[in-house]
Amino acid sequence: MTPETAILVAIGIPLLGALAIALAGRISPNLREAATAITSLSLIWVVWGLLPILMDGGRPSVEVSQVMPGLTIAFTVEPLGMLFAALASGLWLINSIYSVGYMRGNKEQNQTRFFACFALALSATIGVAFAGNLFTLFLFYELLTLSTYPLVAHKGDAATVRSARIYLGVLLSTSIGLFLPAIIWTYTVAGTGDFTTGGILAGKLNDPEIGLLLGLFVFGVGKAAVMPVHKWLPAAMVAPTPVSALLHAVAVVKAGVFTITKIIVYIFGIDFLFEASSSQWLLYAAAFTIITASLVALRQTNIKRLLAYSTIAQLSYVVMAAAILKPLAEVGAAIHMVAHAFGKITLFFAAGAIYIASKKTEIHQLRGIGRRMPWTMAAFTIGALSMIGVPPTGGFVSKWYILAGAFEANNLVAVFTIIASTVLNAAYFLPILYMVWFEREKEGGKEHGEAPFLAVLALCLTALLTLAFFLFNGPVIELESQVVQGLG
Amino acid sequence: MDLLAHLPALQVVVPMLSAPLIVLLQPRGLAWAGATAVAVLSFAIAVALSIAVLDGQTIEYAMGGWPAPYGIALSVDAFSALVLLVITGAAAAALLGAKPSIDQQIEVERHPLFYSAWLLVLSGLVGIVVSADAFNIFVFMEISSLASYILIAGGPDRRALPAVFKYLMMGTIGATFYLIGVGLIYMMTGTLNLADMEARIGDVTDINPILVAAGFITIGLALKAAVFPLHVWVPNAYTHAPHMVTVFLAACATKVALYVLIRFDYMVFQATLDAHEIQFAIFMMPLAILGILIASAVAMFEGHLKRLLASSSIAQIGYILLGVSFVSMAGLSASAMHIFNHALAKGGLFLAVACLAYQYRDLRLDQLGGASTRMPWTCAAFVVCGLSLIGVPGTAGFISKWMLINAALETGPWGWGLVAIILVSSLMAVVYIWRIVEALYFQAPVEGEAPLSEAPVQLLLITGLVAVLNIYFGLFPQVPLELANSAAALLLEGSR
Repeated sequence: MTPETAILVAIGIPLLGALAIALAGRISPNLREAATAITSLSLIWVVWGLLPILMDGGRPSVEVSQVMPGLTIAFTVEPLGMLFAALASGLWLINSIYSVGYMRGNKEQNQTRFFACFALALSATIGVAFAGNLFTLFLFYELLTLSTYPLVAHKGDAATVRSARIYLGVLLSTSIGLFLPAIIWTYTVAGTGDFTTGGILAGKLNDPEIGLLLGLFVFGVGKAAVMPVHKWLPAAMVAPTPVSALLHAVAVVKAGVFTITKIIVYIFGIDFLFEASSSQWLLYAAAFTIITASLVALRQTNIKRLLAYSTIAQLSYVVMAAAILKPLAEVGAAIHMVAHAFGKITLFFAAGAIYIASKKTEIHQLRGIGRRMPWTMAAFTIGALSMIGVPPTGGFVSKWYILAGAFEANNLVAVFTIIASTVLNAAYFLPILYMVWFEREKEGGKEHGEAPFLAVLALCLTALLTLAFFLFNGPVIELESQVVQGLG
Repeated sequence: MDLLAHLPALQVVVPMLSAPLIVLLQPRGLAWAGATAVAVLSFAIAVALSIAVLDGQTIEYAMGGWPAPYGIALSVDAFSALVLLVITGAAAAALLGAKPSIDQQIEVERHPLFYSAWLLVLSGLVGIVVSADAFNIFVFMEISSLASYILIAGGPDRRALPAVFKYLMMGTIGATFYLIGVGLIYMMTGTLNLADMEARIGDVTDINPILVAAGFITIGLALKAAVFPLHVWVPNAYTHAPHMVTVFLAACATKVALYVLIRFDYMVFQATLDAHEIQFAIFMMPLAILGILIASAVAMFEGHLKRLLASSSIAQIGYILLGVSFVSMAGLSASAMHIFNHALAKGGLFLAVACLAYQYRDLRLDQLGGASTRMPWTCAAFVVCGLSLIGVPGTAGFISKWMLINAALETGPWGWGLVAIILVSSLMAVVYIWRIVEALYFQAPVEGEAPLSEAPVQLLLITGLVAVLNIYFGLFPQVPLELANSAAALLLEGSR
């Protein structure tokens, strides 16, 4: 298989998988789960097979169709997209293991629709990751929104449908109302939307317009949840936990920040944007989101909502890192996508495991639960420490790079924000950890042990990954350094 | 002479002469088979014609060998080919899937007459498109209108009768206005041939009757095309017509009137009347914008599935008109493209509605609960066509929206305002489509309904095919795009 076909195959596998899952679901649940497993394994095989080529500096690309002159559906694999695709496909496997445990443990309805849409969402994610131009990216971005809608609305009762409507409403209206005009503007000004090293807008736009276009992009990509377009993320927490874990901690939200990073690096070009004074606001917007979301998280009483607000803050870390516009910080942005993905998926897995085992959803109910669910809560602890950025967890590595970039740019706002948010992260996670491990459970509670084995296995795996990323992050950094080679 | 040269005539003659023969096919099912075969053959002719004009040339045809200004002339260029594809495609697709739905809705004894009327509508519509002569356009318009009154009133729904009466009144007023206009022009120029008209209006010294004629023709055709605010006949006619008739008419009937409007305006008036294009733009653009916004808003609050989609059709006519009102290459090709793409999307939606209607008697949104589990394929097809109507990338609808936005940007500083209107109305489309999707997927089934199953395979297959085409033409729109671009170039050339 040539790398070019591999790109198309990678997008096609989950699509076919969705079909296979839908058909197998009519026969037996076990066959359906086997279809999911085979699909995700073969996706990993294909996507990770592209890694060595990227490491050697290759940039495989393929054009599918010229829709209109200048407007093509084309794919190019570059380091940022490679990382995102590898991350999403890898975690999908673990998440599928967890999903089986979760969905069966909770005896959820419509499991076939759930697994089929999940595969569809993955196909869209890979499409976003490998998109070679803005138009293609937009296509898969919208497909990702649409394919995750049934997952968010999975429960189907009135409250869920209402939340799902917010989810769809915010994401679609920002993408059609802001992102699409930004894309059209870019095509009109630059004549192309191809992702090109060094950007395509240099010298074609002037100062106030640069800031405006950047604004259209940043708020148009609602999936990045930069305030005030963050409302969909807490609303999406009505989804089953595996959805929150993979999609709203990894695939969907990372598609958002990935898109913004990619636009900053390959459409604007970081040097061009660094010179433009009207692009400065992005840093402040991201910093504001980090601090505000952390403050809101402090006041949450529901575990998943707390994690949602923590995600909003962490996403803006990536946006802020990208907005520092220095090579080290761009690398930091890429690494933070990975580090946060491992940590946050662990936290969501743990929250889901708690729900399966005890039906508990509120923070105050967690007193002393560490004794009943030691494995789960150990993983939760590792995830929380990674969010704060304590070594030896992955979160420390990315914070290190972002801070280094901030110092390189002499950007005190960024430095201050990172320090302040670290304090805030500690302020909302450490009390929970204390409560879990050192307080006594209320009398008369439900007797329960660990969650189903598959769920616990999955969350231990991701916790291990969180730790491992602290030690073995060399290849990732090496790969992402290619993005900024010769820049700065 | 080879057959190929006669295709423009055959396009009209085949369905027209088959129509009376269909009446004779009394045995069960034969009338349907005959009509379907004719419609498919017409579609094949339209495809052959499209291939022949793909490179931008025009096929002229003189009936009986009599040369143009005296005899009856037909002409087919890229624009007519595109509209012919839409008409014959809609007729063929609707008929291919129609049998179960028609069997359910119309008594067997009346089938031969019904299918015969269907072919008359088809021949009238294609006749309008291929005619190069203003009076023949009127004649074909009457044929198609009269036959379509029969189709709409042919269903079991008694409310169709007042609906069709309204349609008849409005349609007749529109046709009469058109005829008055044509009469005035004939009085001043002595010709009915469009090309000849263009040449002779220049010699007319007293231009006032021509101006009045332009007014009558524009208003009359706008009435036929359901341009806002002359659209009031549409919702009821579409809602109460037999479901397959709605599929056919919603996909192409109003667009044909719009086709004549565009053709007349660009071919005859713009070349001859001073500053006509500015008047035209100033008159049409506000109507288009109002139509888009108001009809979309109405659709957002509509509770009946078919009526909702009918409102959306009025908004879509607004899009087509908006592109036309730019009087530019980009605007015209966007409009031509939208004629094609909207037919795909709306035809697919109404096909899915026909599938739903096969099982659900009441098509109000609050009665459709549980459809997704009972009729998963139908609902999936509905969602795909709905996305195309919204204009989500990867579907056909996106292509024409993109083109329309680009055309709007070319109009200068006001372009961004127009873009905003297009985007806002797209969001309104999201709202009204999503109301249906929620009803299909998340609403609890109404108590006491018997368990239902999927629609018949025949109907379902066609619905699925159209849904797939919506995606196919979203990714590979080259063929209709080429036709649309040639059409725009020809129209602009004709206006100079």
